[in-house]
Amino acid sequence: MMDRKECLKAIARHVDDADIVLPVYSTAFDWIDIRPNPLNYLSHGAMGLASSHALGLALGRPDKKVIVLDGDGSLLMNLGTLVSTAEAAPKNLFHFVCENGTYEANGGHPIPGRGAVSFAGMARSAGYKSVYEFSDLKIFEQQVGAILAEQGPVFVCLKIVSSGDQERDYSRLHGPHVRKAFKDALGAG
Amino acid sequence: MPASASAAAESAAGGLSGDSIIREIVASGIRFVVSVPDITTSEGLLRPLAKGAGPKLVRICKEDEGVAICAGLAYTGQRGLLLIQQTGLLDSINAVRGVAVEYSLPICMMVGLLEKEVGVMPRQSKRYGVRIVEPILDAMGVGYHNIEAQTDVAKIRPAIDAAFRDNKPTVILIGQRPS
Repeated sequence: MMDRKECLKAIARHVDDADIVLPVYSTAFDWIDIRPNPLNYLSHGAMGLASSHALGLALGRPDKKVIVLDGDGSLLMNLGTLVSTAEAAPKNLFHFVCENGTYEANGGHPIPGRGAVSFAGMARSAGYKSVYEFSDLKIFEQQVGAILAEQGPVFVCLKIVSSGDQERDYSRLHGPHVRKAFKDALGAG
Repeated sequence: MPASASAAAESAAGGLSGDSIIREIVASGIRFVVSVPDITTSEGLLRPLAKGAGPKLVRICKEDEGVAICAGLAYTGQRGLLLIQQTGLLDSINAVRGVAVEYSLPICMMVGLLEKEVGVMPRQSKRYGVRIVEPILDAMGVGYHNIEAQTDVAKIRPAIDAAFRDNKPTVILIGQRPS
């Protein structure tokens, strides 16, 4: 198992300022401190829809890299996204899933199928171009740069543990100022 | 939210032209049609859209995905249209609430009304699943437009333009099968 923040730091080292990143729930609170940038797309509602927002962004801006930092509970709420994304096949979409086996943002209860379900297996079956799974941080750090240089859609399952308590100020994710900043930044480039 | 409760439905026997609806969609600047198949619009809209050289068709598994996809497209400046059935709209209420209404995004939905009787306005339908659609949209503060007769097709482009101008969702209710 890998520490989530360390995984996110490894990803951030290969993310350009111009890339769009959609982090979800607990991951989002870690990510916005690691990579504060108006092109973090933080307002995706709920129910696992971040990857679907990402598909819209990727189709609308094929010139930009779009990176989703999903959660396992979120993905379970929107499993069809794997098939829809593979069908649309955007070359610029990278779908990471932080798997900790819990609905962390809703009390840490276990997800159904915890430890049994294979998210990488589902993504592979759905038709993603490339699929990876990591549980060793050193190996992930070595490979993440090359993965983000591939053609999408790419799926990466990260076996993680939470990095500890967070201060969850949801206005940092859902406030209107966040959406305006994103819109302005995307419009500018 | 004015359901144009005109007498249009009563004179709807002439039917709807799918080609004319598609022309309005294209004229509205729609570049992506995001769809889960709907039996009302299957032959008159979805099948020709799938074959045509117009908007790109994005096939999805479930309607709430489409709300989010259209949101992402809207941020990029691209216009998307979600083509679905009212069962899918009802299933996507939370996405419409959160993404379209609370985030003030121009999510445009064209919704076929499964099993609605031709010539009957949705609120007067004997079908529970049809009758409740407009009151639910009213409760959510989502505007909608009834396309019952050919003359109603002219409402489509202004509805889509207004949604993008005002950053609000809009629902276009297709009341009978377009030819």
